[in-house]
Amino acid sequence: MMNFETVEVTTDLLIIGAGMAGSGACVEAGYWAKNNNVKVTVVDKAAMERSGAVAMGLSAINQYQGDNTPVDYLSYVRQDLMGLCRDDLVMDISRHVNGSVHMFEGFGLPIWKDEGGNYVHEGRWQLMINGESYKAIVAEAGKNSIGMDNLIERVFVLQLLHDKNDKKKVAGAIGFSVREPKIYVFKFKACLVVAGGAVHIFRPRSTGEGLGRAWYPPWNAGSSSYMTTMAGAEMSSQEVVFIPARFKDGYGPVGAWFLLFKATATAANGFNYMGEGLAEGGELHNWPPYGKVKPIPTCLRNHLMMIESYRKGNFPILIHTDKAIAKIAAESPDEKTKKRRLKELEAEAWEDFLDMTISQAILWAAKDVFPEESASEIMPSEPYFIGSHSGASGAWVSGPEDLQTAESKSEYFWGYNRMTTIKGLFSAGDGVGNSSHKFSSGSFTEGRIAAKAAVKYVVENPAMGEIDPAEVERLKAKIVQPLKNYEEHKGYTTLGTVTKKYDLPVEEVNPNYITPKMAIFRLNKIMDEYVAGWGSQYNCSATTLNIALDLLKMLKEDLPKLAARNLHELMRCWENVHRTLLAEAHARHKLYREETRWPGYYYRVDFPKMDEQKWGKVFANSVYDAEKDEFTMLTRPIIHLVDIKEVVGM
Amino acid sequence: MPSFVIEEKCDGCKGGEKTACMYICPNDLMVLDEERMKAYNMEPDMCWECYNCVKICPTQAVEVRGYADFCPLGASVVPMRGTEDIMWTIKFRGGTIKRFKFPIRTTPEGSAPPDGGYGFGPGTLDDQLLATEPASLKADKLWTLGD
Repeated sequence: MMNFETVEVTTDLLIIGAGMAGSGACVEAGYWAKNNNVKVTVVDKAAMERSGAVAMGLSAINQYQGDNTPVDYLSYVRQDLMGLCRDDLVMDISRHVNGSVHMFEGFGLPIWKDEGGNYVHEGRWQLMINGESYKAIVAEAGKNSIGMDNLIERVFVLQLLHDKNDKKKVAGAIGFSVREPKIYVFKFKACLVVAGGAVHIFRPRSTGEGLGRAWYPPWNAGSSSYMTTMAGAEMSSQEVVFIPARFKDGYGPVGAWFLLFKATATAANGFNYMGEGLAEGGELHNWPPYGKVKPIPTCLRNHLMMIESYRKGNFPILIHTDKAIAKIAAESPDEKTKKRRLKELEAEAWEDFLDMTISQAILWAAKDVFPEESASEIMPSEPYFIGSHSGASGAWVSGPEDLQTAESKSEYFWGYNRMTTIKGLFSAGDGVGNSSHKFSSGSFTEGRIAAKAAVKYVVENPAMGEIDPAEVERLKAKIVQPLKNYEEHKGYTTLGTVTKKYDLPVEEVNPNYITPKMAIFRLNKIMDEYVAGWGSQYNCSATTLNIALDLLKMLKEDLPKLAARNLHELMRCWENVHRTLLAEAHARHKLYREETRWPGYYYRVDFPKMDEQKWGKVFANSVYDAEKDEFTMLTRPIIHLVDIKEVVGM
Repeated sequence: MPSFVIEEKCDGCKGGEKTACMYICPNDLMVLDEERMKAYNMEPDMCWECYNCVKICPTQAVEVRGYADFCPLGASVVPMRGTEDIMWTIKFRGGTIKRFKFPIRTTPEGSAPPDGGYGFGPGTLDDQLLATEPASLKADKLWTLGD
């Protein structure tokens, strides 16, 4: 086995992850750090230029306030998540987000403008952009802010280290290089965990070569959640996954088609499920008050699709791109305008795919799909953990001091904005729960907010903590164990003497260890079949969740037998360790919340209705004790800071 | 396989410590076979088809073939990324060809200013103002409860 060197990095503030939230954190921290003599270091599992969820690009900025108020935005978010939201966090992002978007434009991001010089909106909150280089541009501003000497790439941080004398405080982190045999030990005064959401906890719909074609990127392995959970931070709403309904197989975006081109969707038999659902006596009226008001919450739109597809068998669901285009053509005053408008529309529609889901462009080209000629299938995907979108899972954090009432202040504020319940541990973006619909711009904004607060924490708490050397040694051995498992037992494998062109990771059969690929399949099967994946048509019950927890317990016991043939596979092994803890937390949260609040995301078939009395005014939270391997479940109150008189739509 | 290397075109990014595709891949999939000086995608079923390896390759040696478990053969989507825009050529299975060109940025590469051009404002660690506010908000002040 290769020999590992240990690299020690001492800094004041460590930013873990450099996606949108991490880039925002770099932009902001650079300024405050310089003025306060604070050292900032950022560490990324990949190359910051193209890391995180926006690596491919994006075709729209989904949160821009414009002239709307934070209360308007709050009304939309609270409605979309069926009442579940932290008003302080949502309005905090909302009041800062315009600044972020204006800065993006200053960095060099092309934002569409009309003839009058105004931003082109896709919807009320959404702006159209030429976003191929969105991440590269934003990362560049982040790098220019903190300086290249403070950026460490291709290092996968696995776990945080407590202060030796205070288990409610973090003082370090440990990880390894995915390119060289080096273990990294970080020491810091504060850290900001911005390592994304999670994919491949549930079985994706494509499981062959297309395994990686998830809607959200496959490199987001639940690392934010793992690090904060393992550190003992209180976590929130881990039951609230997001299920996007997108173009089938490619998962191409539907936003431009629905919002910009005004396309409609029906069941295969032409049934207008949305219109009928909204009409008097329709299904949406079974979910008051949220089902009765537009915009219809994302989960309820999925719910209507699922009724058509699974209960009535009227699948597939079709999006009528052809009719939308015909309508736009018909509205043109003359032939010349029509031709120009259709040409523009064609470019807009293709750019929507090419900027952010190139696979969908390949799929349409490969299937000879011409959107003006026929409708296309849309479909709900597998569940994702993404606190920045229409999901809500993540850490329970302190909000800003000024956006509180006397009542909320005792529950939602403890000194530093976006700090978790562990001292010195901050989070943002997909890492923070109950502040949905931040998307790329809001995640960047939350990264800025958290970074400023973390620098303030460092200034006010200048003493460097102390990590436990014995704990570091124990973790070093644990980290490389999969490589050891392979070396010790590889001779027993029944793979035989296949002549390989390269030393490719080919699946092995060996009773002594599990390859990372089989571990992910094992996790995916449990989650899909018992915890409400697409394979169980998004249904679960106390019975199935308890079966899952038994199976997850055995999986956890077997994880120390993961085997890695190289550093890349070692990364895959640890990603699965990260995923598995979030999977367990998720199952426990689903079990705890005895109601169905987000039909279309998941159904508790033993509690098929929403229970406003018991669950309408609380968040489901959990705290994990890593030493005892025990989750404690609890509730926290939902406190409204403002009354919403009218829900403002899309 | 999703992204794949055309060996005749790949020179292993001669002279460099690592290839451009190894540098950029967000999922750590690209590796260099140092004996042959050819890069390859070591884990195609974890490829997101994000095209970053395709866009960055100095010899246009990387292409993408749609996921074999659901994508019919015969199509291709090929980008040419410059410093200001990107040109896409889409070839359909049936032979149709479409070409689109989109801008990618409005400033010279490397020049993105951390303040976005708004300068740094009057905020302190004890208030709610972020570094570039209120100028970057294009407002006089930051919103708070009661406004």
